[in-house]
Amino acid sequence: MAIIAIGIGVALGFAVHLVNGSALSAFGGAIRALNGAADLQVKATSPLGFDEALYGKVASIGGVTDASPVIEMRALGTNGTSFTLLGLDALRAVHVTPTLLGPNRSVLATPEQSIFATKAILLSQSVLQQIHGKIGDSVKVNANGKTGVFQISGTLPALDDRQNIAVIDIAAAQLIFDRLGHIDRIDLKLDDISDLAETQSIIASILPPSAILNDSQDEMVRGDAISRAYRVNLDMLALVALLTGTFLVYSTLSLSVTRRLQSFALLCTLGMPKLHISRIVAIEGLIAGVIGSSLGLLSGYGFAAIALRFMGGDLGGGYFGGATQTLVFSVQAALVFFGLGVFAALCGSILPALQGGRVRPAIALKNTGDAIDPRQKLSFVLPLVLGAAGTFAAVMPSVHSVAVFGYFSIALLLGAGITAIPGLARLMLMPLAKKNLGSVPFELGVRHLHGAPGAAANALFGIVASTALMIAMAVMVTSFRTAVDEWLGEVLTGDLYLRTDPGSGGFDARSQERLSQVPGVAKITFSKQIPLTIAADKPPLMLITRPIGNDHDRLKLISGPVIASADTTPIWFSEPAALILHQEVGNIVELPIGKDHKFTIVGIWRDYARQQGAVVIDTKDYINLTNDKMRDEATVTLFSGAAVEDVGKALIESAPPELQPFIQTAQPATLRRFALTLFDRSFAITYVLEAIAIIVGLAGVAATTSAQVISRAREFGMLRHLGVSKAQIIKMLGIEGAILGAIGGIAGVALGSIISQVLIHVINPQSFNWTMNTRFPILLMISVVLALILSASITAIFAGRRATSIDAVKAVRADW
Amino acid sequence: MAHRLKVDGITKSVPGGRILFQGLDLNVEAGELVAIIGESGSGKSTLLNIIAGLDHVDSGKLLIDDEVLGELSENELTDMRRQKIGFVFQAFHVLPYITLKQNVALPLAIGNTFASEINQRALTMLTRVGLGSRGEDYPRDLSGGELQRVAIARALVNEPALILADEPTGNLDPETAHQILELFAKATRERGAATVIVTHSVSAAKIADRILVLTPTGLKKANG
Repeated sequence: MAIIAIGIGVALGFAVHLVNGSALSAFGGAIRALNGAADLQVKATSPLGFDEALYGKVASIGGVTDASPVIEMRALGTNGTSFTLLGLDALRAVHVTPTLLGPNRSVLATPEQSIFATKAILLSQSVLQQIHGKIGDSVKVNANGKTGVFQISGTLPALDDRQNIAVIDIAAAQLIFDRLGHIDRIDLKLDDISDLAETQSIIASILPPSAILNDSQDEMVRGDAISRAYRVNLDMLALVALLTGTFLVYSTLSLSVTRRLQSFALLCTLGMPKLHISRIVAIEGLIAGVIGSSLGLLSGYGFAAIALRFMGGDLGGGYFGGATQTLVFSVQAALVFFGLGVFAALCGSILPALQGGRVRPAIALKNTGDAIDPRQKLSFVLPLVLGAAGTFAAVMPSVHSVAVFGYFSIALLLGAGITAIPGLARLMLMPLAKKNLGSVPFELGVRHLHGAPGAAANALFGIVASTALMIAMAVMVTSFRTAVDEWLGEVLTGDLYLRTDPGSGGFDARSQERLSQVPGVAKITFSKQIPLTIAADKPPLMLITRPIGNDHDRLKLISGPVIASADTTPIWFSEPAALILHQEVGNIVELPIGKDHKFTIVGIWRDYARQQGAVVIDTKDYINLTNDKMRDEATVTLFSGAAVEDVGKALIESAPPELQPFIQTAQPATLRRFALTLFDRSFAITYVLEAIAIIVGLAGVAATTSAQVISRAREFGMLRHLGVSKAQIIKMLGIEGAILGAIGGIAGVALGSIISQVLIHVINPQSFNWTMNTRFPILLMISVVLALILSASITAIFAGRRATSIDAVKAVRADW
Repeated sequence: MAHRLKVDGITKSVPGGRILFQGLDLNVEAGELVAIIGESGSGKSTLLNIIAGLDHVDSGKLLIDDEVLGELSENELTDMRRQKIGFVFQAFHVLPYITLKQNVALPLAIGNTFASEINQRALTMLTRVGLGSRGEDYPRDLSGGELQRVAIARALVNEPALILADEPTGNLDPETAHQILELFAKATRERGAATVIVTHSVSAAKIADRILVLTPTGLKKANG
C-alpha cells in the first residue's frame, strides 16, 4: 500500500509536470514563431500601437544594424478562422526575422505573388488548411473593423503546422485596416560589437509610454508568469499524494517494527548494534521508495499522455488555449520526481528506524504487548512549535508571485496537526475512558485507543493529512465558487450582452448609435477591453473603458471611492491589479495611454474574471486620451415586456452587415452558467487530485487498521480463551474503528479548516491576486467525517473477522 | 468425588493423517492438580485446546462438570469457557492498556461491565496472589513473575471448575517458578478446582498430585 501511495504521488507530480512542461514548450514555440528570431523588440503597450515615427528613431540608434516595422492584429478569415495577421516590410524582415518568412521566401516572385503586392497574403499551413484554401485563391480577412480581400500568394514554410499566422505587406496592412501612422512592433537586429545593455538602455530612454522594450525571454517569462501560480498549485496538490505516501510508509514501517520488536531485541541480544537495526528499517523504506518511484514514473508518463489529450496542456486552467501540445519527456523531471519519491519514503522510514534502533531487549522479550503505558504524558511542544512556525510563515510575503511561504506554512500546520494526533486522540477519549460505558467491547475499544494513542495515530496520519488537505481545498473552492457566483449576480445586471469577435473591430460610433435606437432597448452601454502592457516581463493588464460617471456602485467597490487629484484622470483598479502592482486607493499612477498623463486610483473593485488585473476608465476620458471610439462589447437593458430573443436579433441586424457574423449575444443566465462551467473546469483536475489523495488515505486507513488488528491476534486469542465471543471482539474492533474514524475525521476537518484559511487569505491573494470570504461546505465536512467513521469501522470489522478466525486461536496456541 | 473433567477415549489426528493420540482417557477431580508432560510435538497443546473446546476431536467424548462439549454450540462453548475455565498462558497475555485490576476483572466483566463489585473481587484476587497494592498499576511496571501472578489471578477470579495452564513457569526463574506453582496448588486445593498443567519441566510437574506422560496411545503414569 505504501509503495502504491508513493507511486501515485510520483505519478501525479510527474504527470502534472510533464503536461505543464509540454504546454509551456508549445507556448514558447508559438511565441518564437511569432517573433521570428529578432534580437530585440520594441512592442506597443496596447493594441492601439505607437506612432510609426518611432521606427526611424530606433533604427538609427548605434548598435542596431537593422530594424523591421511590424503591424500585428488579431484577424478573422474564412470560416471564422482566427489568426495573427502580421504586416511586414519584407525587405527588412528577411534580414531581421528570417525565420518568420522562411529561407526560400519568394519576395521577388511574380509581381502578383510578391509580398509587396497590396493584395498578396502568405498563410501558415495551419491557416491554409482551416480556411480550406490553396495558393492563388482569394481570402477575405477582417481586422480592426475593416475587411480586405487578398490573394493567397504562398505559405510560411518556416512555421510549424500548429501556428496560425498570416503575413501581408505593412503598407497594405496600414491602408486596408485603418492603421495609418501606427505600428505595433519594431523587430531589431543588433550588431555583435555594441554593448547589449547599453543599446537596450538607449532604446528604452526614447520610448514613449505606448511602447516597451522586449527581449526574447520576456514573453516566455510573461507566459510562464500567467500560469505559474496555477501550475505550482497543481504541483502542490500532486505532492499531497506523495506526502500521504510518506505517512503510509511511516505507518506501515512503524507497525512492522512494533511487530518485530522481539526479533530486533533478539538480534540486539545476539550482538547486533542498534544502528544496524535502524539501517534494516531504513533500507526497507528505501526499497519501497525505489519501487514506488519507478512505478510512479511509468504510470505518470501514461497519465500525462491521457491528461494532455483530454484536458489540454493547462489541465483545464485555460491559460494556453489554442496551442496544440505534444508530450515532451523530461529526463531531468523524471530524476527529480524519482528522487522525491525515494526521499518521501526515506522520510517516512526515519521514525520507525529510530524506533527499531531504540528497542529495549528486556521489555521486548518480556512480551508484555507493545510496552504501552497509558499514563505516559504526551507532549504538545512539537505541534505547538510547528503551529507557531506555520503561522509565522503564513504572514510572509510571496516570492516572485509564488506563495512559497504559504505552501511552507501549510506543510508546517499539517505537521503540527499530525504530531498533535496522539495527544488529541487521548484528550478526545479522556471523558469516555473515565466513564463506565456499560459494555466491555466498548470499554476495551475506548481504553485501547486511549491507552495506545500512538497506535491510533499511526493509522490516522495518512488519512488526517489527506482529509485535511481535501477539506482545505474544498473550503477554498466552495468559498471561491460562492464568491464568484455572488459576484456574477452583482455584475451581470443587463438583460442581454453583445460581444464582437477579436479582429472584427467591433462597433464604431455609427453602429453604436443605430444599436441604441433598436426598439425594446431601454439602455445600451458600450465598452471595450484592451490589453495594456505595464512591464515587459509581466502579463498585461486589461484596460476596460465604459461609461462610469459617478455610478461607482456598479463597479462593486471593495475600497474607495475617493476624489481624483487635480489634473489627473480617475481610474478604478481591480483587486488583482492592485495586488499585482502594489497599489491602493488614492495613489497617483501612470498608464501607457495618453502622453505623460497621470491617473488617480479612485476605487478598487472586485473582479474574479481577470486574474492578471484590470483597470476601468470612463469612456469620455478614454476617448480624450486615445480618440479610439470603437467598442467590442455592449450591455443592454430592455424595456419591460420586450422579448430578449427578438431584441437580440434586431440588434444584430442593425449592425453593419460585415460585422454581423462576428457578433455574439448572451443572456446573463447563460454567461453565469458559462463562467461557472469554466470555473469548475479549471478546478476539475483539483477535484481529481483531491479524490486520489483521499482514496490513498482511505486505503491507508484500511491497510493500517487491518495490519494493526491482525497484529493483535494474540490479544483476541486470549480474549476468546477468557470467554469473549467472536461477535464481541468484532464489535469491539468496529467500535475502535468508528472512534478512530471519528478522531481522524474530526482532526482532519479541523486541521483542513485551519489550512483553508492559509489557502484563502495567503495562497489565493499571493498567487491568484484575489480575496474572498470563507464559506464552509458543512454538508461535505459532515459527510467526510461520517464516511471515515463508516470506512474505518467496516475495515476494522473485516480485519476483525479475519483476526478472530481459527488463526487467532493458533496465535495463542503457539505459546502453548 | 465428582469428576470436574472427564475425557473419554478421544482420538486426534493432524492434517496429513498422523495420529497424535488415540483412545486417550483422563479424569480430573475437584481439588486435584494433574501435570502432563511429553515430548515436543506430542500434542500437549492440542490436548489443552480440545479440553477448552477450541479444537475438535476425531472421536471420543469430553465432559466438564457433566456437560458434554461436543453437544455445545459455538456460543455455548464460549459461555462455558467464561464460566467454568480459567486459562494461564506461558506468555502471560495481559492487556497492556488496562490496569492490573481491570485485567483480573476481565473474565467477570465480559457480559457485564467493570462494575464496582467486580473490581472489588478482582482486587481481592490480586491480594491473594500478593499484588493487592498494585491494582492501579499497568503491566509495563511488572516483572515476569508478577505478570504471571496477574494471569493466575485472572484465571481464578471467576472461580472456575477447571484451570488449564500451559508452561506457566516457562518464562520464569526457578525461585519465582516455585512460588507460582505453590500458588497453583494452593488455589486448586482451596477452591476445589480441577487443574491441568502442561509442562516440559519434570521439577515443575512435581507439584502435581499426578504426573502423566502424553504418548500416541494415551496418557501414561510417569515413572517415579
